Amino acid sequence: MIRVLLPTHLRTLARVRGEALLELPGPVTLGSVLDAIEAAYPVLRGSIRDHVTLRRRPFVRYFACEQDLSHDPAETLLPDPVATGAEPFLIIGALAGG
Amino acid sequence: MGTKRKRSVTAKKKARATGVRLLVGTRKGAFVLTADGKRDKWDISGPHFAGWEMYHLKGSPADPNRIYASQTSGWFGQKIQRSNDGGKTWEPVGDKFVYEGTPGTHQWYDGTQHPWEFKRIWHLEPSLTDPDTVYAGAEDAALFRTTDGGKSWQELPGLRSAKGHLWQPGAGGMGLHTILLDPSNPDRIYIAISAAGVFRTDDAGKTWRPMNSGLKSPYQLPDPDAEVGHCVHRITLHPSRPGVLFMQKHWDVMRSDNAAESWSEVSGNLPTDFGFPIEVHAHEPETIYVVPIKSDSEHFPPDGKLRVYRSRSGGNEWEALTKGLPQRDCYVNVLRDSMAADSLDPCGVYFGTTGGQVYGSANGGNSWKAIVRDLPAVLSVEAQTLT
Repeated sequence: MIRVLLPTHLRTLARVRGEALLELPGPVTLGSVLDAIEAAYPVLRGSIRDHVTLRRRPFVRYFACEQDLSHDPAETLLPDPVATGAEPFLIIGALAGG
Repeated sequence: MGTKRKRSVTAKKKARATGVRLLVGTRKGAFVLTADGKRDKWDISGPHFAGWEMYHLKGSPADPNRIYASQTSGWFGQKIQRSNDGGKTWEPVGDKFVYEGTPGTHQWYDGTQHPWEFKRIWHLEPSLTDPDTVYAGAEDAALFRTTDGGKSWQELPGLRSAKGHLWQPGAGGMGLHTILLDPSNPDRIYIAISAAGVFRTDDAGKTWRPMNSGLKSPYQLPDPDAEVGHCVHRITLHPSRPGVLFMQKHWDVMRSDNAAESWSEVSGNLPTDFGFPIEVHAHEPETIYVVPIKSDSEHFPPDGKLRVYRSRSGGNEWEALTKGLPQRDCYVNVLRDSMAADSLDPCGVYFGTTGGQVYGSANGGNSWKAIVRDLPAVLSVEAQTLT
């Protein structure tokens, strides 16, 4: 079970309380988790990644186990604690204010 | 006298039998304001979609309980919400806005060509007859349409063929902000883009022509009479005379009596001819409203006085409407989509400010009252007359 923590606005949009829980059959990569969360909550398509290019939106960040994975490629394996559900995968609205 | 009184009583009864719903988009959520026909006491619901920029909400003329809303965020992109119960509950619908084919390029600030990039939906215009058909005006400027209630959106790409490579964003972005559907001709649509100008289709969106003859922009364009590039802030029409259009431009208030083939200036005695919104009275096609703003560099009312100006002659002669509006120390702006009229009798006129006030007049602008004072900055106001 993969635990995904969404930012408040996306939790509201997807009507998720607390963490989103995902079952992933294959390798737990950055891309497979993002694919799975969009499949489980289609309203999130376009809000984390671009609809067409699937590039991360500029002010969205991916954190896991105190690491910033935002710039890592989609095939990056997530840390074991995330893959086992001990730690959540965090999707964050970037600090973008003044 | 007796007849007059009788007519007045009849009008009042009619007014009581109806109501008004205002759809207010703000920088931090949407609000739905409702009142009965007297328009004295208002119920305020919201914020809906708290924290999101709600650029525009509009109800279907064919089914007023069907409302579409543009929900957008610098972080999380574009969403479209739909309500089927007059704004009580909402459901997200499709939000995939993809330019048709190879997106192409437009003029950029540095003189180079820049690829079209979707940023947000500025304006939603439901069809006059079909609740499932809606037009959406985008930044970077393009026109999209859904015919399935918002599930999917397709671009009408012919618009960007109308000299799109010459369009250039202004400071506020290159947004398609106005969509006017001609009630007498389903194939005719007018749109306006900041800062490209007015365009018209006569074949339901396949082909488009720039319609900017008569506009002059001497301090903004090297050729003041250029075919495209004029900073049109808003256009409007009265449904009974769809060939007569009114425009608030970056500078100048204009009118056209020939379906936008040519424009003439009707700024007349306005204290300043800069502003954003322009609206037409519901029952008097020659009565129009603007809110003059001091200048493009100072987006606030002249002398700190918030004044709506009304012309009963289709322009040129204007009167200041001040009763109930702050006449000192007021430095708010009124944005282009933030003024609306209902179709009750007498006509109600409404506008929202960047200071978060929504003002309403239940008597065609003669006097005003703040319906609500402390919302986030208002981006748009639409009025629905309920029967």
